[in-house]
Amino acid sequence: MEFLRPAGWEEALAAKAEHPDAVPLAGGTDIMVELNFGRRRPRTLLDLSAISELHAVERTPSAVRLGAAVPYTRIVEDLADVLPGLAMASRTVGSPQIRNRGSVGGNLGSASPAGDAHPALLAAGATVEAESVRGTRHIPVEEFYTGVKRNALAEDELIRAVRVRPAAGPQQFSKVGTRNAMTIAVCAFALALHPGSRTVRSGIGSAAPTPVRAPEAEEFLGRVLDEGGYWESGEPVPPLVAEEFASLCAAACDPIDDVRGSAAYRRHAVRVMAQRTWEWAWAGYRPGAARNDDEGGAACV
Amino acid sequence: MQTQPTRTRPESTPADGQHAGGVGESAARPDGTLKVTGEFAYASDLWHEDMLWAVTLRSPHAHARILAVDVGEALAHPGVQCVLTHDDLPSRTTVYGLEVADTPALAGDRVRYHGEPVALVAADHPETARSAAAKIRVEYEQLPVVHDESTALATDAPLLHPDRTDGHAAHVPHPNVVHRQPVVRGDAAAAAARADVVVTGEYEVGMQDQAFLGPESGLAVPAEDGGVELYVATQWLHADRRQIAPVLGLPEEKVRMVLSGVGGAFGGREDLSMQIHACLLALHTGRPVKMVYNREESFLGHVHRHPAVLHYEHGATADGRLTHLKCRIVLDGGAYTSSSPAVVGNAASLAAGPYEVENVDIEALALFTNNPPCGAMRGFGAVQACFAYEAQMDRLAAELGMDPVELRQRNALRQGGTMPTGQVVDSPAPVAELLGRVRERPLPPERRWDTGAGGAELRELPGGVGNTTHGEDVVRGVGYAVGIKNVGFSEGFDDYSTARVRLELVGGEPVATVHTAAAEVGQGGVTVQGQIARTELGVERVVLQPADTTVGSAGSTSASRQTYVTGGAVRNACTQVREHLLDAARRRYAATEPVWASAALQLHGGKVTTTEGRPLVGIAQLLAELHDEHPEFTVESEWRHRPTQPFDPATGQGFGHVQYSFAAHRAVVEVDTRLGLVKVVELACAQDVGKAVNPQAVLGQIHGGSTQGLGLALMEEILVGPEGTVRNPSFTDYLIPTVLDTPPMPVDVLELADDHAPYGLRGVGEAPTLSSTPAVLAAVRQATGRALRRTPLRPEHLLEV
Repeated sequence: MEFLRPAGWEEALAAKAEHPDAVPLAGGTDIMVELNFGRRRPRTLLDLSAISELHAVERTPSAVRLGAAVPYTRIVEDLADVLPGLAMASRTVGSPQIRNRGSVGGNLGSASPAGDAHPALLAAGATVEAESVRGTRHIPVEEFYTGVKRNALAEDELIRAVRVRPAAGPQQFSKVGTRNAMTIAVCAFALALHPGSRTVRSGIGSAAPTPVRAPEAEEFLGRVLDEGGYWESGEPVPPLVAEEFASLCAAACDPIDDVRGSAAYRRHAVRVMAQRTWEWAWAGYRPGAARNDDEGGAACV
Repeated sequence: MQTQPTRTRPESTPADGQHAGGVGESAARPDGTLKVTGEFAYASDLWHEDMLWAVTLRSPHAHARILAVDVGEALAHPGVQCVLTHDDLPSRTTVYGLEVADTPALAGDRVRYHGEPVALVAADHPETARSAAAKIRVEYEQLPVVHDESTALATDAPLLHPDRTDGHAAHVPHPNVVHRQPVVRGDAAAAAARADVVVTGEYEVGMQDQAFLGPESGLAVPAEDGGVELYVATQWLHADRRQIAPVLGLPEEKVRMVLSGVGGAFGGREDLSMQIHACLLALHTGRPVKMVYNREESFLGHVHRHPAVLHYEHGATADGRLTHLKCRIVLDGGAYTSSSPAVVGNAASLAAGPYEVENVDIEALALFTNNPPCGAMRGFGAVQACFAYEAQMDRLAAELGMDPVELRQRNALRQGGTMPTGQVVDSPAPVAELLGRVRERPLPPERRWDTGAGGAELRELPGGVGNTTHGEDVVRGVGYAVGIKNVGFSEGFDDYSTARVRLELVGGEPVATVHTAAAEVGQGGVTVQGQIARTELGVERVVLQPADTTVGSAGSTSASRQTYVTGGAVRNACTQVREHLLDAARRRYAATEPVWASAALQLHGGKVTTTEGRPLVGIAQLLAELHDEHPEFTVESEWRHRPTQPFDPATGQGFGHVQYSFAAHRAVVEVDTRLGLVKVVELACAQDVGKAVNPQAVLGQIHGGSTQGLGLALMEEILVGPEGTVRNPSFTDYLIPTVLDTPPMPVDVLELADDHAPYGLRGVGEAPTLSSTPAVLAAVRQATGRALRRTPLRPEHLLEV
């Protein structure tokens, strides 16, 4: 096994171009397990841990640019004000040791449907910054997941950062596991209200071959809020709306039966989480409190 | 978390002049600091100059014929030193087993379970060995899989062991039944007619794993005399040696064993794993050979707790007296015998629980199947029965409109009561009191998660930081359970331990050296042995020699027996050393100092004293004065508990168990009834320990056992597919409780002496594992109103999905 440890980003891109089959390694929380169990024997490992810019967080009023290797612990501790949904998701990742090493970039690279960050990234409308010696692509996160553990990266590309708009409205994340900590998601759900664009976005984890949004549910809820003047009034929304939203979220799932749970349970749990997270999010909504009026989700990056 | 027990007696403190750290005190573990600082050397840390690393090739199929094995390519792999298959076994004996030698050291023409060892590879590096093992070509022809009672007992069922000649073969109803034990007393059919209410139920217990953290590991070193030294993490060195030597073709004395650091056992190290394999490779290559399983291999490489299907029928009169019990317990033993017969004996003899039932018709049996082999795990047959009879008690109480604790108390076993086996319980059996103690405890406050103003502390809620509820649909439930476990080896087994104790002067100080072969598996046996020597010999310094086979057998570190039996052996040897010392002293001093001849003497606080406490001479001075004649005082002797009897094969009658141990739990749970998630809010336990030799270690056992039972209630299960393959051999998908799943566990420790046992003690390790599971299930049933006949629970079981 060849082990490459570039000192800088340009060197890493060159190495990836030269060794397209090289497997990038950051925190190692997925790769090392696969190596230890002999499930994977890549010919080349590309260790990115020496590249300091991958650990950088840049905060501007319009975006948080999260270096690909920023560990979950930092997101929980430093970014809960601007990325509350992602911070809630990060808090459910593995153990403290895993959260100290694992990163959103790694979650995206592995592209497991059970990755905890994905629903929150989908709901927030994140963009993946993919780079190669050929240049940079900004990939909306919903276009990033292409199949079970497959993503939209070209073979010479690496994930440099993830861009997420600071939350302008309430965000929630909810995850069912079969114990109360250190558990891989049976399924997960994330919700973000975007008052600036008067939209709602969702993200569903572990209930389809890839992380998915529930577009019909988002559209339904957005329309209700818009037409009912709820964005302006902040008034309670009729419970039937929550139920319909939850049903549409459940309908967006395409789950399987496996050792962690049945397909029927996953669909049911997504429905319950959608309803509850919506109720919590709306309870936390304050008209006119949006901190970022031109906030508009992924389209504006 | 509450850590201080409520105790029926005050914890003893060192009396005047008594050295600290004796019996009854929470003496510190000698290995404690090393373990918590990560410096303790476990078996996986073993290292030897020039050693090879070895791996095992295992069957991917649960049942197949082996048509051919081609090791050529593996042997040619650079760095490989040796590849062995069944054909390379050196002795006519090629099988081993705890009770019945039926397990091939390496599979011959047939594999019977997923993960059965087929070949071994030793190489310079573990990765090399693993790569080479992948190059071994095994040609399998898959066979039909026996995976449950109906496929095992079909008239045309494939026979797992068609030529079996073991002692149970003659009396089993089908060759795929390992062992069957009825227990019949009174007339259950006639009594059923007198019952005002009858409840019947079928219950199911999933396959739990011991989930010890230190994987199977050891190091075999070839010796100049043609023998081998094996450093290994195990539970019983001498039983290992008895099974290893014949397969190596060596006399037992040429297999010398030393215990290495054991990272937990819980029964999972009673059967052999890598022992024979490492020795074979070491003898073949002439080099030290190390083996360490990875986690996945560990799940395939040791036995599990028997899954069980239990049919129960209880009857009672309107005033809540049990009329009868009929039950049938079917345990899945998997592919080989392991300890299934003894598990069957326990399940049958303890099937009625800690209750007096005059009329019983009990049958327990274990099946041979192509599922993973099952054997010893903490609770050993009593866990499965307890899950069923405690569910039955709650249902009976509901039918009768009685309080479930009161119903249990009304039928509770007491000292002098009779077990279904006819055995009269001749030591305290405070079943009703234990239940009363957990019930009287104040309930934990409601809505502990409520932080006010609509806020919620997620870690106090079902789902935890997964943020699945802020209190919506959360319902509380409370459940009770009590259990009975035997202590020590039963059914006429010659259950003994050996201790060698030496008292001598070292650097002017009296030092006791204790040597036993008892396996320290984390339970604290090393602490207890030191405490006993301090108390019996009145010295402060005790040296514990490493456990090995240069001293006689200590028996197994299992069945809650080591403090009882090896503790008894150490006390017995100490007593003899003390008498030798005092005899020598009397011979020397009695002529000149009459008190030496007349008074009863003891060793206390470093001195010889009269029993009234009058000091005569320091032990150090005495040893110095006797040194020329007696440079040291040494005794090695065996000690055994009073004998037990086998159960009658037809009626199950007999004095089968030497001691019983009892624990009761009250579980308080909160359930998210829409998501099916459970948070155990509190798990209170009351247990009679006879005498808490080390109160802190007792608490550790009760907390650990309760938590392992909670795991069986809510998450721990090995999932086996219909083809007999293990689907979740990892800690990613075999879940054990984390600290956030583990509730406060207040403990009441009773100390009601068993006069037959050393210091009156009662084995403590297993009883808390039994009642914890049914108490949690009972609480969830109360919260949800669901029947819940199976453990572990999954969220799906609590919902209509």
